[in-house]
Amino acid sequence: MNEFNGEIKKMMIILSKATLENVYAAFVLANGARMEGIESQVFFTFFGLEAIHKKKMEKLHVATVGNPAMHMPTMLGGIPGVEALVTYAMKKEMEKLDMPEIHEFLDILKASGVKLWACKLAVDMFHYKKEDLYDDIDGVITVGDFYKHSEGLGTHMLFI
Amino acid sequence: MEKTIAGRTIAVNEEGYMTNFGEWNKEIGESLAKEAQIDLSQRHWDIIKYIQDEFKKESPLSIRKIGKSGVVDIKEFYALFPNAPLKTATKIAGIPKPASCI
Repeated sequence: MNEFNGEIKKMMIILSKATLENVYAAFVLANGARMEGIESQVFFTFFGLEAIHKKKMEKLHVATVGNPAMHMPTMLGGIPGVEALVTYAMKKEMEKLDMPEIHEFLDILKASGVKLWACKLAVDMFHYKKEDLYDDIDGVITVGDFYKHSEGLGTHMLFI
Repeated sequence: MEKTIAGRTIAVNEEGYMTNFGEWNKEIGESLAKEAQIDLSQRHWDIIKYIQDEFKKESPLSIRKIGKSGVVDIKEFYALFPNAPLKTATKIAGIPKPASCI
């Protein structure tokens, strides 16, 4: 805890999932860091890439199966339409809290100086093209590049 | 807590935010800006006025709201108040720190 007295200088957030609650957690943390004057960058890998995929980002859902905090029987969560319904209800609640939709949230992150990186390996695996992704990402990079961007004292890394 | 600034004594909390907006005036705003190492331009004042108007309307502030204010966009807001813009701007404006996560 000696470096900068433990002060956080940079948050490196790795988003590997595309469930709505995880995407929002990553975005709120990235934006919240900037609001505190902390540098922040998000690395989208595996399913996390859907959060910056132009077509898919609009259709992200809350997970109703395998999520005990939903307090509903898993079999009920698996019925077609339940996931969409729960997602709709959650989005309505979030709008009340002034939470933006994914695309607008990405715009806010960019305007706030957050760097957005797509993972090259995952982009190749899903056969995504640059034009499939949110226009303002900072690049498609390797894990090595990501570590390079993480350099510096006071950097913290978070895997979601 | 109390603090003397611009020749006046004002009430502040432990983070330096004024606790009585009625005590705020332009000179105090300028001195608070100097403490935050910001040279206030007309653009800064436009934003400070907007923030104070929202506070008077008891309307909660967030980065998203600032971006939709029509007064400033988020990019310029960060450029004008580098390092924690919402915190810095509200401190200079003499209003409480917004309890906002977005």
